Parts: sequence; C-alpha cells; structure tokens
Amino acid sequence: MKYLYYPGCSLKSTGRAYEESMLAVFGALDIPLPELHDWNCCGATAYMAISELKAFALCARNFSLAAEQAKGDPDVSLVVPCAACYLGLNKAYRYMHEHPDLKGTIDKALQSAGLGLADGVRVRHPLDVIVNDIGLDKISSKVTSSLAGMKVACYYGCQIIRPYADFDDQQNPTTMNRIMHALGAKTLDWPLKTRCCGGSLTGTIEDVGTRLSYILLREAKLRGADVIVTACPLCQFNLECYQTTIGRMYHDRVDIPVVYFTQLMGMAMGLDAKALGLQRLISPRPVIKEAVPVQGGQHVGA
Amino acid sequence: MKEWEGGHKVQYESELDPHFALEIASIPGGDKLFSCIQCGTCSGMCPLSHNMDFTPRQVIAMIRAGFKDEVLKSHTTWLCASCYNCTVECPREIKITDIMYAVKRIAVRKKIYPKRFPTPVLAGEFFGLVENHGRNSETWLLMRLFFRTNPLKMFKQARLGWQLWRRGRLSLKVDSIERTHELKSILKTIEKEHMIALRNNSAAGKEAHV
Ligand code: SF4
Ligand code: SF4
Repeated sequence: MKYLYYPGCSLKSTGRAYEESMLAVFGALDIPLPELHDWNCCGATAYMAISELKAFALCARNFSLAAEQAKGDPDVSLVVPCAACYLGLNKAYRYMHEHPDLKGTIDKALQSAGLGLADGVRVRHPLDVIVNDIGLDKISSKVTSSLAGMKVACYYGCQIIRPYADFDDQQNPTTMNRIMHALGAKTLDWPLKTRCCGGSLTGTIEDVGTRLSYILLREAKLRGADVIVTACPLCQFNLECYQTTIGRMYHDRVDIPVVYFTQLMGMAMGLDAKALGLQRLISPRPVIKEAVPVQGGQHVGA
Repeated sequence: MKEWEGGHKVQYESELDPHFALEIASIPGGDKLFSCIQCGTCSGMCPLSHNMDFTPRQVIAMIRAGFKDEVLKSHTTWLCASCYNCTVECPREIKITDIMYAVKRIAVRKKIYPKRFPTPVLAGEFFGLVENHGRNSETWLLMRLFFRTNPLKMFKQARLGWQLWRRGRLSLKVDSIERTHELKSILKTIEKEHMIALRNNSAAGKEAHV
C-alpha cells in the first residue's frame, strides 16, 4: 500500500495549516506521505460548470502521475484532504468506471500527452485512512496530552460524505467523532454536521453564503461547543474567517475557534504548535484550553 | 397582469423546446430525469431553495416540459452550492446536482447567464487560470472576481486580507505545473473529440455534455 498526498490549491494557501498539521501527524505516526509530483487542479466545483469532460481529463492526469510515481505498486491511493478535490477526483474515478465511452475519450486525451490511463488509483480521505488503515488504537496510544474536558463540534460538511464516500454514513458520519474520542475529547451531538456551510457562495453572493455559515456557528455555540472541528479548507475558511462579518450582520457573537481535525490530533499527540499551523488561525478567541498530560502515555477514551 | 395571477406567465406548448429535456438527459445517467415523481424531496433538502427563483423540483419539471429559456436564465443553478443533498435523497436516484451543472454549461456556452452575477464569473476565471497553468491561485482568483463584479468589495475585505496575509495564508505567486505541454495536449484532444461527436450528432456531442 502506497499513499501519495494530493494537496490541491487551498492547502497551499488559505488552508496551509491543514497541510502542515496533516503531514506532521502522519510523520508522527511513521506513515510516509510524499506529495504527488506535478499534480494539477482537480477540476473542482467551478470548473465543472464550464466543462465536465475536461475536469475528468484533468483528474485522469493526476491518476497517471500517481501510477508513475508509485513505480508499479498496484495498490496506490491518493490521500486527498480537501473536500472539493476529494469529490472531483472520486467523481472522475467513478464515471470512468461506469461509462466506458467516457473512459475511451479520456484515454485518447492522455495518450496525446504521452501518458497512460491509470484507472486503479484510489481516492481516499485522510479521515478514512486514519480510522480504517491506521486504526484508532494506534491513535490513542500516541496521545500524550488528553483533550479531556474539551467539547468539540465535528463538522463534516458536504462533499467528503456526499455523494461518493463509502467509508462513512451519509446521514450520520462518525469517523471524525471517533477520532476525537480517541483523543479524549467529548463530541457534541448535533444534526448539522453535514449541513452546507455555503461553499464558495460566501465569496460570490456573500449574504446568501454567510447565512449558512451563521446557522452552523450559532448552533454550535448554543450547544456549548468549545471548538468546531473541520476536515475541509473551505469549511474552515467560511466558519473562521467570516466571524466578524457575520457577527456584524446578525448582531450576534459567533466567536468560536475553528480548527482542522489534524490540528487537534497533533495537539493531543504533543506535537509543536507551530508545526501544526496553530499560529495561522485568525479566530478572535484563543485557540483552545490547555490539553491535559496523560500519565504513562496510554489514554482511556471518553 | 392582474395581481391575483401571481406573476405567472402563460406559455403555450408551441413556445416550449421539446429538445431541451433530451439534451439534459444526454449526460451520463441523465435519462433518469424522466422518472421524477415531483415529490419535492430535493427542494426540501436544499439549503438554498428559498433563495432560488425556482426550486430544484420546479427546475426538474421545467426541464422536462421544455422551459429552456426560463431555466437557462434562472438564478437557481448559480445558487446551487453543489452540496449533493438533493442527489443522495432523491427517491428516483436522479442526479439533480449533475443536472444543475449541465444547465450551467449550456448557459455559459450560450452566454445567457445573469450578467455580473458573481458565480458564473468565478467559474469563468477559475477555468481560465487552470486552462493556462494547470492550477488555481486562490488570491488571484478572488481579486479578479471582485474586480469584475464589485471592486468595492476589495476594500471591504481588505482587513481580512491583511489578517490572512500576516499569517501566511495568502500567496501572490501564480502557481503553475511544470509539464504544461501535457495539459495543453490533453485539453486540445478533448475539444477535438467533442467536435467529432458534434458532427456525428451523437449523445456526447450535445452541449450539456462538454
Ligand atoms: S427528489 Fe427526485 S423525484 Fe422527488 S421531485 Fe426531486 S428530482 Fe423529482
Ligand atoms: S446540490 Fe444544489 S440544488 Fe441540490 S440541494 Fe445542494 S444546493 Fe440545492
């Protein structure tokens, strides 16, 4: 089994802390995660509105590069943290398998560029890899400072879970919750964990987009969450960076830290705050309460 | 129009486009469109339906009936956030989100989307960046979007921009892949294949498909 990391554009800019913390956590777990060399755009949401076929072909180039970099290892997975990339690449993978004529066209396009079609490269989300490949036991065994006493709202958003994820439940996903339990934290029971955050509408039609973010922030606060945990760079951005705007629009205090699940993992595993990109957060409120050191390294889940 | 007519315009069958539904149905798995039972689950699940001029259920009905112009001009598809709620809950397994995309593609080709409405502008700018560099550069994308739709917004967002900049979350670099020649030939071949399909008048040649 070989993992290759597919960043996408957000993890190189606004979502840098996601990249930093994920790589730090995988490093601490001794799982090699080299970056896919010369990766190109996944053809996300906006691109598909212009040309779906081109979006699929772009994804297919990434698959070819992955197969090339894996040097013949048949069991290669792209690890894709961004929800939009995860969906885009997964969609291309599915459509190529379900529609042979589409695959034929894409194959021709790749051949014209001297590349071969690689339809066996899998698309996996780090939540999936951590829970199903690495295992929660290994995660708990690495916990040095328990997050006991912390109440987290796990927020999955849309595109990791819908419509293609096969590693979690579409109505009530639990992978992130289980990771948080393994770190000692308490998770909030809230039905909004897969409700839309507004996606790119916050940047385009602000009042419509931010309203959706507001609903999430408000509900998380009402339910007493200390922190919202996300697994997508756009969700994190929407929920964190518009807090001041939303507060002004709705005359409501919605200040609450919004972090990546990998940042909390790193904190519990005792990794350096800077290596986890915690200094990149702009929430008006300080990140999180102190983590509690665990005696003897082994932590008992909450 | 009288007040009690509720703003609805009467349309005669001869004014509708019977080919529109077939066009949309040509996308992979698109023929399921015809099995819609108008249950409204999609509209109920959609977090944005109350902002839309036509709800997702209405859009499906209008496509089937041939209200091509109305559907292409509507804001609905451009408000769709691709959350896939409708798609996973539809009892007839209709890929509503994909249908929204198909409508967007036709509207873009025909240039009949709402002008200066930011979402189609964003899609166009994103497409351009990726077509040339193989990657998107977030900062440039946003600046171009604001510039083309609402330059004032750039100032409104200046504070946020500064906060992000100080924390290393904005990059002014235009990112690009190394082997752009591969990208160019891939995209050129796709265009060529589409032209061939168009000439052969096969399903893949339909506008919804591209
Ligand atoms: S949920 Fe499906 S069947 Fe029901 S109205 Fe919407 S598209 Fe039609
Ligand atoms: S995918 Fe679009 S139409 Fe469907 S529920 Fe989400 S926002 Fe509404």
